[in-house]
Amino acid sequence: MINAIWLALILIGFGFAAAQGKIELVTSAAFDGAKTGVTVCFGLISVLVFWLGIMRLAEDSGLLKKIARLLNPIVTFLFPDVPKNHPAMGYILSNMSANLLGLGNAATPMGIKAMQELQTLNPDKTAASPAMCTLLALNTASITLIPTTLIAIRMNYQSANPTDIVGTTLMATAVATLAAIVMDRWYRRKFMRSRPGKPPVHAGPVSSSQSELKG
Amino acid sequence: MVAFINLISAWAIPVLIAFIPLYAFTKKVPVYESFVDGAKEGFQTAIQIIPNLVGMMVGISIFRASGALDFFVGWTGPFLQHLGVPSEILPLGLLRPLTGTGSLAFATDLISVYGPDSMIGRMASTIQGSTDTTLYVLTVYLGAVGIRNGRYALKVGLLSDAVGFAAAIAVCLLFFG
Repeated sequence: MINAIWLALILIGFGFAAAQGKIELVTSAAFDGAKTGVTVCFGLISVLVFWLGIMRLAEDSGLLKKIARLLNPIVTFLFPDVPKNHPAMGYILSNMSANLLGLGNAATPMGIKAMQELQTLNPDKTAASPAMCTLLALNTASITLIPTTLIAIRMNYQSANPTDIVGTTLMATAVATLAAIVMDRWYRRKFMRSRPGKPPVHAGPVSSSQSELKG
Repeated sequence: MVAFINLISAWAIPVLIAFIPLYAFTKKVPVYESFVDGAKEGFQTAIQIIPNLVGMMVGISIFRASGALDFFVGWTGPFLQHLGVPSEILPLGLLRPLTGTGSLAFATDLISVYGPDSMIGRMASTIQGSTDTTLYVLTVYLGAVGIRNGRYALKVGLLSDAVGFAAAIAVCLLFFG
């Protein structure tokens, strides 16, 4: 996918420039673009170094775990199929709290571990379980408290107020996450109804049909 | 409401910068050493994305300089302008769910061309910051457990991206309009 997009950008640009008889534009634009890419990354260094330092303090002090505990009731509501004491729960909680703090690098490994734990509960190992879909929905919408990268880029371009987008980002991310949760519920219900003959996929409290399966 | 959002924008970061080290200190964490240790990762992270960002920036730069971008934007422009939405922002909405560095490069491009404090610059910042790259998340997470059938996950991810995109534009028009 990304390969096709990248190639299309270059080839369509090449075609347009050639059609206008201004093919030299391609050369200057390519080198300008490369230069901007490096400049932006160097601008990111200062903010990323500082912010990841602060976030290490949040991790070492146990703040991350504390946030995870606060999220517990929300997670039990969102993942009714996962038994309360299952290790998947712990990873889901860490994944969500890391996302909340904008710790993408910490969130991804936690999310992957959560997926692996959910896979052990998955009756059909080749298709995503409803719980997995919920985890994916939460991560694609990804609630962000502080959009660090964008603040850094705005600073690079001499914004008068680089952080004035924190509030609007928070609002937009909240709406997107809410939409993701609602739609996930909607499709989950449709999916569950479409397979009436089969027992619910790893229901929380062990039902009689499930204990039969286990026995 | 507007005042409240502005208050969050102004206070969120200073409060975190003061509160997190203080909290860590009360938990007997060696604050400075722990900070430096974590900060090391930031340098690597920034350097690691250089190839991605250079690649994407080159593609977008050629696409824009050749006039191709203006052509496609002019095509959809009249309809969006009707709603008060600057049409320059639309390609970002299409790119956002597909590629993280691609959309970051495009948002940076918009910010540099129109200025960070323009409506377009602010919208680009908000859109880029408010959702994650759906395609990347699905690929990594499902790939990690070897699942090919994601059921309705892609649908939910893309729909919520669309909602987030619309919400980002609406909120920006509301607060900065």
